[in-house]
Order: sequence, then structure tokens, then C-alpha cells
Amino acid sequence: MGRNCKVLIVGAGPGGYVAAIRAGQLGLDTVIVEGDRAGGTCLIRGCIPSKAVIHAATRFEELGAHAGDGDMGISLPDGPMLNMGKLVEWKESIVDKLNSGVEMLLKKAGVELVRGWATFRDGKTCDVETSEGSVKITAEHVVLATGSRATELSFMPFGGNIISSTEALELGELPERLVVIGAGYIGLELGIAYRKLGCQVEFIEALDHILPLYDAELVRPISMWLRKHKVPMHLSARATEAKTRGKTTTVGFTDADGKAQKAKGERVLVAVGRRPCTEGWGLENMAIDLDGPFVKVDTRCRTSMRNVWAIGDLVGEPMLAHKASAQGEMVAEIIAGHRREFDPVGIPAVCFTEPEIIGVGLTPDEAKEAGIATTVGKFPFAASGRALAMQAGTDGGFVRITARRDDNVIIGIHAVGAHVAELSGEFAHALEMSARLEDIAGTIHVHPTLTEAFAEAALAGLGHAIHVAK
Amino acid sequence: MGKHVFKLPDVGEGVVEGEIVDWKVKAGDSVTEDQPLVDLMTDKATVAIPSPVSGKVISTTGKPGDMVAVGAELIVFEVEGKRKEAEPEPEAAPDPEPKSEPEPEPEPVDTPEPAPASVAAAAPAGKRPLASPAVRRRAREAGVDLSGIQGSGPGGRISHDDMDTFLQGGGRLAAVQRGQKRTGTTEVPVIGLRRKIAVKMAESKSRIPHFSYLEEIDITELESLRQHLNAKRSGDMPKLTYLPFLMQALVRTLQQHPECNALYEDERNTVVRHEAVHVGMATQTDDGLMVPVIRHSEARDVWDCAREMRRVSQAARDKTATSEELSGSTITVTSLGALGGLGATPIINHPEVAIIGVHKAEERAVVCDGAIVVRRMMNLSGSFDHRIVDGYNGAQMMQTLKQMLEHPATIFM
Repeated sequence: MGRNCKVLIVGAGPGGYVAAIRAGQLGLDTVIVEGDRAGGTCLIRGCIPSKAVIHAATRFEELGAHAGDGDMGISLPDGPMLNMGKLVEWKESIVDKLNSGVEMLLKKAGVELVRGWATFRDGKTCDVETSEGSVKITAEHVVLATGSRATELSFMPFGGNIISSTEALELGELPERLVVIGAGYIGLELGIAYRKLGCQVEFIEALDHILPLYDAELVRPISMWLRKHKVPMHLSARATEAKTRGKTTTVGFTDADGKAQKAKGERVLVAVGRRPCTEGWGLENMAIDLDGPFVKVDTRCRTSMRNVWAIGDLVGEPMLAHKASAQGEMVAEIIAGHRREFDPVGIPAVCFTEPEIIGVGLTPDEAKEAGIATTVGKFPFAASGRALAMQAGTDGGFVRITARRDDNVIIGIHAVGAHVAELSGEFAHALEMSARLEDIAGTIHVHPTLTEAFAEAALAGLGHAIHVAK
Repeated sequence: MGKHVFKLPDVGEGVVEGEIVDWKVKAGDSVTEDQPLVDLMTDKATVAIPSPVSGKVISTTGKPGDMVAVGAELIVFEVEGKRKEAEPEPEAAPDPEPKSEPEPEPEPVDTPEPAPASVAAAAPAGKRPLASPAVRRRAREAGVDLSGIQGSGPGGRISHDDMDTFLQGGGRLAAVQRGQKRTGTTEVPVIGLRRKIAVKMAESKSRIPHFSYLEEIDITELESLRQHLNAKRSGDMPKLTYLPFLMQALVRTLQQHPECNALYEDERNTVVRHEAVHVGMATQTDDGLMVPVIRHSEARDVWDCAREMRRVSQAARDKTATSEELSGSTITVTSLGALGGLGATPIINHPEVAIIGVHKAEERAVVCDGAIVVRRMMNLSGSFDHRIVDGYNGAQMMQTLKQMLEHPATIFM
């Protein structure tokens, strides 16, 4: 069996499926190959399921606050009960819904979804092992969107009690103790969720701070939460071994002082980063250049081979679904003859920790390093009526805007606090529209909402915030 | 990390110094080996000096227009590991040379890397043009570089209206806005080729007492010969313009007027008359006026002249012309083709004594045997060094040229 097409996309994650839908909309004969279910890491075992678990965990914790004497005058004498199996089922129902939604969208866009594992023979030809046998697909344009997978530690490979984020979202039973190796955003999101569900969580992090992409000021509210919830955080610590006896795994590590220590858990979550999937599908037969572990691309996502494109986690940091989607959409349009380039002013990133962090553009430190004189405006959620009214004003959160000193053009926006992820759209929009502090200050923000904090931070940058005294 | 001091290497051909034309890098830039660092103009040509190492530029010495001697310090790099060359470290202090003025450009690198190292690296830096995603996209579709558009919004933000104005103006800068006076000035340094042209022109015009003589030529017959030859040419033959015929006619004319094919070495009180006719062809290049030379035109036929002319002028435009191809002419022809106009007073290419300007060929009403007829006409302007060429001789030379061009068979007799 053989198939010729204009565009062949390998990998139906948020990069690949968006590229496919856009290519289909543009009338290109498009085939997308997926070895698992359409949706990719994001939809099947990443962003979406983790948000479901985090939501459930937060709900459970909030209900727990009403046990005994209650909270806000509401009490639940017996407290909430957790059924982990049902929680995972509920999460799966969301994943199933979105997965079938994506497959429907592909179909409606006229895209052919081939289920199976693709292996490239050369730059433009691959064999796909499907349930009905092998299919040879030859395309004029190839879009590589194979994504990434969790990095394994050589001395404690995944399996048994040692799990990656994928398995952490499928646990039918709540472990009593969870050891998390790596305090980046994935480890923290899941570790905090498990803590909220009542698990004892302990972190081992090699660096001397958590969430390395964010500065100390932004990370402080999260450290505060961890401390308050008695989550041990071993910084500058290196895991050295893992031994399993019965149900318990003991992780040996060297702490900041160089002393050997142990952490015990029924599960050990290894979240030390992700690696692009560059093996097992014939990349070596394609003769395209790499850039470190990533496939090398230019600002149009062109690889070193003509008409072979690569997008998403495969081509480098940041490994974020929305970056992959933006690149996928762009590549489809370029193939259709449009003139495009990947030139965002910023790529926003969110951590769904407790509280949440959002950042887009430069931090004040990064701006300083780049030689840009800045004005920084900040507004705390403790001064926001809406935040207080939804119990979100006491976690130390704030909005911070970094602008160029000479013309007040905003170059970075960061926030930490409960629910701030939902502000990310306005932040990114402001940056892309080249907004100045005056533009934000001059936009009437609804009272009472958390977004007021953004306008107030802009006013603070201009030197006259209303709801905070100088 | 080590320091690598890069000195201007011997670029060959006996060059002892060069003029900085354009820096391709600045302090803070990362460079890879063989990446062009600076354009340097020597007596012979403009050369791009490649980087000997990969590393980061710490400082550069000199600005465009400055002369740099071979062996002088040009750039200090910071390189990985040990220094590549076992050169003695030039003092421990990092280059305190007082006259070096590294340009104060704190501008951060703003090229969007395909694979940013972190979220922050994809973020805004420096002064890229301020415009919304929709405007940026429109500009890309229209093939417009936004950095060339003056935005009317706050902070210079480029709006859709600015794009409209720009595109309506045929891609030129925004149309006149009533009541908005402009007061800025732009200083354009006269450096590189422009400076050479300036020096040369001043020398020619101030030293040589010019006189110019204009004549009208009937090229109707020449045109029909030219059309005929072009129609019969084979694939590898160049298309003939008027210039190869003019060169051929010049060769014949100058045999009768050797005083016009000469170099006047006034300091030596000697005119060197040349038997060879090396025709300089004034050529406009991106950088300015250059005069590539069709050597030994007397030994070439009309096709060969055309071929050689095309070759050397292309070489001049491509900046691949050798110094030999750019010097040694004995007489110069200047032609502006369609921009030719009616007449001009060409400036002699010193130390030559004559230059011929070629003007627009067009059909004009001409009185011939008492009737008005349409003839194809073209004007020539000759300028001569009056110290060597008397008015009478210059006029005669132009008349001889006229006769040949009007009766083209005589060019080849």
C-alpha cells in the first residue's frame, strides 16, 4: 500500500494536529501519522490530565477546610472522602472527550489520520506500521512533530514505583508518601497536587532554588506554601540510588552539606526534564542537522533539508504546547505559500502550582542583563478586593510589569497568585501589541476582578497606583 | 576563557594599510570562525576580513573612515579555552588605548533564535519595531521591512494606518503631513569609495582646464546595422548596444588624433601618447562610480568589445574586479543610457586628456534636402584638457567621430 500527499505530518500532538487542521483548511492534501491517540502529550498525558488532577486536588483540599468547625460559616462535619480510582476515571472522561474532539476536527478539515508508527526511509518517505499492515507514504512536505518524553535517570529507570509524570496521572490509589525528584514546574505541579490530596510529599532538587526560570521574588509564594504544608524541599541535593523493598522505595541522596540522606515513598516521581523524541523513527535516515539534542530549524521552522519542517518540543525550548501550535499553524501557512515567520514578542509560560505563576517577556534581571534600563510596577493581590473575596489575597501574590524606562514600552509581565494563569492572555496580548504602561493604565478594567491588579501595576510603574500607598 | 587579539593581517599585494568601510560586528557579538568582521578598502579593492576564531567580540578599534595599518590591533575576542595563537598577551589591562572608541552601542542582540535557550530568550529585547501581530503579519505578506517605517503611534508604534500610508506611497516613507516641519539632518560620512571619488573628481576638475564640445550624430544607419547584427547573432554572442560601435569608431578616430589618447603627466611636463586604446567605461555600482577598463580595444572586434565590456562592468558591480581591471585607461567613455539626456560637461578621468559622454538616442525631426524627416539622433559631449588639446583639435576629433558613426561602414574600413 502506498500513499502520496502534499503534506505529511508525523505526530498528532498540539503542534502536529494544529498544523494538520490548518493545512486542511488551506486545501492541502494532508496526512497525519500518530502512533498513539491524537492529542499528544499535552492532551493525553500532560497539560490537560494534569490540570484535571490539580483541579480535583484543589477541590479536595478546599472541602477539607470545611471539616470540623468549618470555614466561611460552611462546615462538613465528616470532611471529604477521596476515591482515587474515580478521580482518574473522571480525568479520563475529559481526555476521551478532547481526543475525539481533535479527531473530529482533523476529519472535518479533510485530513487523513493514519494510526501507526512511522519510520522514515529518507527525507520525504516513511513506512507506517498500521493495524492493517505497512503503508508507504511519500510527501512533498514533511512536518516533524514528534514531541518529547520524560528524561529518565540512568540509575533509577522508570518502572515499578519509579514513575514519570505520565504514570503520576494514572495512579488508581493514593500513595501514602511520594518522593519527587526535580522541583521544576512539572514536579511541583504534581507534587503540590498530591500534597493537596493528602499524600506526604518530599522534594529532591539538584539546584539551589526551585523553578529555575523564575526569579526569587516570584517563587517565594510557592516556597511559602510548601513550608506551610510541611513539604520537605531538599535543595542542592543529588539523588544517587533507589532501592525498593516490598511496597516502599528508598531514595538515597546527598544533601547540600554533602551528607548522605534517605527519602522513602510508595512512589517516586522523577521529573527532571524532558528530551526531544529524536530516536526510533528514522531521523538518522533523513540527513538533517541537529542542534544539541534538538532538530535544528530556522525562524520559519525549516530544517536543513528542503521542505522538511520541524516544530514544537522537537526543535527546542520552551517545550510548551502553545508554542508548538503556533509553529504548526505557521508551517502549514508557509507550505501553502504564505509569507510567515515565527516572531512572537514573547511566549507566555504558566506553572499551575499553588499559587500559580505566569510569565511572558523579560524579568527585570534579564532586562538588566540585556542592558535595558527599566521601570518596574508591582501590585499585590492583598490589595485586591476580588482576590480577598475569593480567598486568594493572602498567598503573597502580585502582578509585576517591566517596562523600558525611556518610552514605557512593556517588555515583560509576571504574576504569581491563585488563578493568575487566566490573566496570561491579557499579558501576552499587551506584549504583542507593544503596549506601553499608559495603554494598560488607560484601559478600564472591570471591578472587582483580578485583572484590576494589572492596571494597578501599570499605574504603579507610572508612579501613581491608586490602591496601594507609596 | 581566553583573550585573542586580532591584528590586521597582511592582505597581500603589498597593501600596507586599509580604510574601515563598515563594521559587521560590534562589541558583545558572538562570532564564528570565518564570519566577516569588517569591510576594509585598500588601494586595490574592498575586502571582507574574516574572523580567525570563534568567540565573543570584546572590543573593536576604529570606526568607518579610519585608516588601519597592517599589524594594528583590530578586534579583541574572548575565546573558549586557551588563546588560539601563542601571541604574547598585550598587557594585562583590557585594551586601555585612549584613541580607540568602541561605539557606545548597548543594543542587545535581537535576532530571534530558532531554538531559544529558555522562555526568556524568545522574549523581546532591544528596539525591534513596535507593531501588533496583525501589522507584523501584513508587513511580512507585503514584503515590507517594518524597521523602515516610521510609526505614528506612541513610542513609534506602527499602526495599520501607517502601513496603508506606506504602501500607498509605493512603499516609500509616509507622505507629506501638512503642518509638520522637519528639522532633522543626517550626517553621511564621506568614506570608502565615495571619498576616493571625491578626491579624484576634485583633482581632475581643479587641475584640468576643461572645455566641452557637443555634437549631434545621425545614427539612423548605425541603428539599422546594429539591429541587423543583433538579429543574426548566435546564442553565445552578447547583444550589441551603441557602445561597442563607439569604441570601434574611437579606435579609428584616435589614430588620426593621437593627442586625445594620452596621459598628461603635468609634473613631468610630458604627454604620453598611447598606441593602445584602453577604454575606461564609467559604471554606476551600488557603492558609487567605478571605471572598469576594456583593454586593447584596438585589438578587439565589435563583438569582443561588447563581451569584454559586459564582463568588466559586471565585475565592478559584483566587487570582483581586479585592480588591473579598474585602472590603466587612456580615454574614458561615460554613458547613462536611457538617462542620457541631451548633453553634459563630463569631467576628465585624470591624467587622461579626453572623455566622451554619450546621450540619449531618439527619433527627431530633422531637415534633410529641404524636407522634414524622422531620423534617429544621438548627442555626444566631449570634454578635453585645454592645456593639451586645442579647441580646433578637439572639434576635429569630434567631427571625425561623427563621420564614422554616421557612415558606420567606415568604422570597419
